[in-house]
Amino acid sequence: MKQWLIGSLIFVAILAFAINGCKPQNMATAVTGDAASKVYVAPGKYDEFYNFVSGGFSGQMAVYGLPSGRLLKVLPVFSVNPESGYGYSEESKPMLNTSHGFVPWDDLHHPELSQTNGEVDGRWIFGNANNTPRIARLDLKSFKTAEIIEIPNSSGNHSSPFITENTEYVIAGTRFSYPMDNKESNPDVSIDTYKDNFRGTVSFVGVEKETGHMDIAFQILLPGVNFDLSHSGKGPSSGWFFFSCYNTEQAYTLLEVNASQKDKDFIMAVNWKKAEEYVKQGKGKKQKVRYAVNRFDEHTHTATSTIKEEVLVLDPKELADMVYFIPCPKSPHGCDVDPTGQYIIGSGKLAATIPVFSFAKLQTAIQAKDFDGDFDGIPVVKYESALYGEVKKPGLGPLHTEFDGKGNAYTSFFVSSEIVKWNIEKLEVLDRVPTYYSIGHLCVPGGDSQKPFGKYVIAYNKITKDRYLPTGPELTQSAQLYDITGDKMQLLLDFPTIGEPHYAQACPADLIAKNSLKIFKIEENTHPRAAKGEGQAKVERNGNDVHVYMTSIRSHFAPDNIEGVKLGDNVYFHVTNLEQDWDVPHGFAVKGANNAELLIMPGETQTLKWTPDRVGVFPFYCTDFCSALHQEMQGYLRVSPAGSKVELKYSMGKTEKPE
Amino acid sequence: MKKIAIFLSLVIFLAACGGGQMTPPNQPTTIKKTSSSPEDDMLAQGKGIGEVKSVELGTPLDQARVGRGKSIYDMKCSACHKLTAERVVGPGWLGLTKTRKPEWIMNMITNVEVMLEKDPEAQKLLELCLTRMPNQNVSIGDARDVLEFMRQVDGEK
Repeated sequence: MKQWLIGSLIFVAILAFAINGCKPQNMATAVTGDAASKVYVAPGKYDEFYNFVSGGFSGQMAVYGLPSGRLLKVLPVFSVNPESGYGYSEESKPMLNTSHGFVPWDDLHHPELSQTNGEVDGRWIFGNANNTPRIARLDLKSFKTAEIIEIPNSSGNHSSPFITENTEYVIAGTRFSYPMDNKESNPDVSIDTYKDNFRGTVSFVGVEKETGHMDIAFQILLPGVNFDLSHSGKGPSSGWFFFSCYNTEQAYTLLEVNASQKDKDFIMAVNWKKAEEYVKQGKGKKQKVRYAVNRFDEHTHTATSTIKEEVLVLDPKELADMVYFIPCPKSPHGCDVDPTGQYIIGSGKLAATIPVFSFAKLQTAIQAKDFDGDFDGIPVVKYESALYGEVKKPGLGPLHTEFDGKGNAYTSFFVSSEIVKWNIEKLEVLDRVPTYYSIGHLCVPGGDSQKPFGKYVIAYNKITKDRYLPTGPELTQSAQLYDITGDKMQLLLDFPTIGEPHYAQACPADLIAKNSLKIFKIEENTHPRAAKGEGQAKVERNGNDVHVYMTSIRSHFAPDNIEGVKLGDNVYFHVTNLEQDWDVPHGFAVKGANNAELLIMPGETQTLKWTPDRVGVFPFYCTDFCSALHQEMQGYLRVSPAGSKVELKYSMGKTEKPE
Repeated sequence: MKKIAIFLSLVIFLAACGGGQMTPPNQPTTIKKTSSSPEDDMLAQGKGIGEVKSVELGTPLDQARVGRGKSIYDMKCSACHKLTAERVVGPGWLGLTKTRKPEWIMNMITNVEVMLEKDPEAQKLLELCLTRMPNQNVSIGDARDVLEFMRQVDGEK
């Protein structure tokens, strides 16, 4: 008996070793100490940080609390959202207008918080649309998308929306070079004329200081390569912007082979103060293009879309001292500037080294014209002349770097699935932790500003595999939270994310929470079809359009009986939520609606267009559980045949007998 | 083998119970009766609970207040309160200023969450209507205007 027991224990031990031995990155072994208490936010308590995470192909942005990893909200940005009617309601449809018409989806990769004096200020957050190039600005008082601007002369708006230290500009570089826009279309040329006809651009979108309104200040015309990520200079490097570029081979087919031929591509350094001077001197050229500027008005609760037809373009071949290239190893992806603004860190995604460039050395090299020729007319600074040093053998596939404000950098390694902490001045690796799995971006709260809050680093991973209960072939993606307050990074938490998380930003909660809007004041509602009080509820016919001015309050709609609508009519439900209490939206849904429901915030007016497709009586109701009598919050709309003599009438609270 | 299983589960059971100790029952404590708080006094006087401690009513009615009060009623109150005695979602307003203290009315408008929690009269109304009166973000000044309008509804001049 005893022998049997010992034997089986040994067997179990071997088995356990065999299983765990293959997977040293197992959660059970990776978490140590009091991780749970460090992420536990008790009921009724608030998280310390907001974490804004891109939703990737969902087109939305998600807001998580840190350190709990709790999902607080999904913010609709570039994709229609039936949950709230965003992109379906008449008021919000213009937000998704572009020069290509209504584009109801996109691929959002990078959130960027607004800054003042190089520090996160909690006013706005920007996000990019990769596919149909756009930049959105979200208002962090209302957590709504306030503005979306389309970027002309761009295809694959990946290199955005990074900002300058006072949010003077939000920038957008084109991923795909292509034949530049010309009014409605770009020229019909053979693709194998890439080197002759294809060009790239970076756009500087001006952000108005008070309102946040965006418009394109200027674009810089560049050689045909692929532009990737970028970051603003700061401190000594103020007035400069840095972009990573790949495919300097100028390949246009089988890029995975053809774009990795050269040992070095480029970091592009743009002196945007110089570009501003050229703009003031009238050196730019106006070009005919088409792009949409869409703005949401918080008082009319309505968006407008304006198509603009001109953009100012600067050409560095003609305008010297504005753009320089610095060689950077092996298809650089990330391009990050440390909090002191002295160092620019490139990350060659196929490299096994991290090059760190010195802004001071770059300036000296430019002064001395220490160039290694030019690339399509743009000077190429000698690698060694701009280089501060390399971090040797840090791992495989460095992608992105953020900073803790204590002289340390944290770089994500996609290929080797890890975060590596290293000292910037000494170029020494200090620590490394595994991530689960294939990390892309990482985020330290305020980690790309002059004042990082170096408490956590969060990994955003491309692959989830075995982290959670399986949900078929598709798994939600994941993020991991690490404590970075000690010498060694400590894994604390693993949380699922929506869509595909790319970049994220985080900031202390009190920067934002104190300003958060609770209601829209009904007195300030200037929607032209608002019913500000039940006395203003009514139904009007205008040809084939029937406008219902409807109010909602716990627990009824007014009117709730509508007759005289006929087949062939378009019915517009303009619903005003009369509530003036925090967190009391009302929903509105009508049977057979081909678009969505509405979710109307307190004091807001939203419009649902509904076209009846058959004769009959159609109920409508509130979709957001609002009170004990929520189920009673409903009404009926009668649809009669076309040409019928039923009079248009409406009521609420009438119980007379039918005639 | 069975013995081992029993032994192991016993160990686990003991480990799970380890550290658990009976705590002695609390000593009985005497509860001292405190003198009534200002809040209780307000309740006893039928003034409700809130910032509004006393209201002076004037005659004749302040017509500017009446006008403002009516527009606030139209926008924020009319959805649930009729100007007759008929109860719909909330009680009809006719006669309210005769049966309720002005302080109670204004506190109910401006401090509705606390009123529903603590004021017995407000609680009776909730039992009757079963819809919690929403906080409509009416300021004290606006509530005074609404009160003046209610007085007009009740036939004051």
